[in-house]
Amino acid sequence: MTQQSKIFPSVDAAVADIPDGASIMFGGFGGAGFPNNLIQGLARKGSKNLAVISNNCGTGEGELGILFKNRQIRRVTAAFPGPGATYFQEQFDKNEVELELVPQGILCERMRAHGAGIPAFFSPVGVGTDVAKNKEERVIRGRRCILEQSIGADYAFIKAFRADKLGNLVFRKGARNFNPVMATAAKTTIVEVEEIVEVGALDPEVIVTPFVFVHRMVVAKGLRYV
Amino acid sequence: MSKPRLTREQIAARAALELPDGACVNLGWGIPNLTAAYVPKGVTVYFHSENGVLGMGPRAAKGEEDFDLVDAMKVPVTLVPGASFFAQEDAHVMTRGGHLDVCILGGLQVSERGDLANWRVPGARGAGGIGGAMDIAVGARRLIVTMEHTSKDGARKIVKRCDYPLTALECVNTIVTDLAVIDVTSDGLSLREVAPGFTPEEIQSLTEAELHYSGKVPEMFAAKP
Repeated sequence: MTQQSKIFPSVDAAVADIPDGASIMFGGFGGAGFPNNLIQGLARKGSKNLAVISNNCGTGEGELGILFKNRQIRRVTAAFPGPGATYFQEQFDKNEVELELVPQGILCERMRAHGAGIPAFFSPVGVGTDVAKNKEERVIRGRRCILEQSIGADYAFIKAFRADKLGNLVFRKGARNFNPVMATAAKTTIVEVEEIVEVGALDPEVIVTPFVFVHRMVVAKGLRYV
Repeated sequence: MSKPRLTREQIAARAALELPDGACVNLGWGIPNLTAAYVPKGVTVYFHSENGVLGMGPRAAKGEEDFDLVDAMKVPVTLVPGASFFAQEDAHVMTRGGHLDVCILGGLQVSERGDLANWRVPGARGAGGIGGAMDIAVGARRLIVTMEHTSKDGARKIVKRCDYPLTALECVNTIVTDLAVIDVTSDGLSLREVAPGFTPEEIQSLTEAELHYSGKVPEMFAAKP
């Protein structure tokens, strides 16, 4: 193995260099697949003025909630902030946090495009709605479409089920969700994982995220918030 | 008019009669989610969830929940034989790309052209949330909207033109409410069925958009067992 080790000794060490103003993607959907240990580490680290990308905006103090509670987030790109995102909703109503609301599939596709080296693409989703504001519209093969920009980030915080020492990842059931695509779209992808096994111990046919997309790993028992 | 309308469960049960055997189906929040419990005997459908599941079965029994296996409303579910897992972007390849046979969404307003508004009430507190609705509405092969026919304060929800924030233009095929089943056609709205005990004229009086019908309109649940 000639790859340098990506394994960090602790959650805090894995997020120790996140600067103020960083852009960060967070995996997770429906309470599953959230990198909650890394989020708690970022709350302890206290980085401020963050621009975050996440399907939702936390549930109480859980998931992203603690980062809103600590006022670490300046701007969020999300598809469904969520009725349980009390700290976000309070700040949103007072105009204290900036929101870009994005259709969920388009959020995925914008990240996939960034990871795949595609700067922008045309899509029919959101035509004629608030989402189309300030976007170029064009009729393509008879269908109205709007131009969507790809979206990347400095960091992606993701949750996987199992990794090998190289950083090949497998996920578990619905906890996969946004995690693989975010891993492709960030300069530095940091993974919390239940278990790290020897290289060669994972069946190559079942690896979902190849190690090329993974930069840091830390073993942590998954945390779940209701 | 104080005749009883259908319950939310009955709306869901009527919508479930629209599901063809073998269909891949996505259900939105609210009444649509209730539909899963009313799939007719002998019909197999494969429920899709945005977090990357095709082939969701019933809710998990108490004590047997796996919180990595949830539907889009965070409810722990089970799998049926033939189920698969995939990532969120592939879940939306299915929605947007036209690979799902039927999608059922909730609605705040539907226009006579089939425009849908379903994600934000103007003036409400909070940010609202689009979730997967725009991708689903644009890509569904057949889109059914389930909702109450009028709002709690009596406002018409089936309108000439939506004034709530839109989800997608000209996307709805069928509307199932507590009063009627209505198809969106190139000629406008066609009243297919009325709730038991209601006349087409009564339904029209509670609908801003013009409804097309002729002769006797069948009652909901009368046509099928």
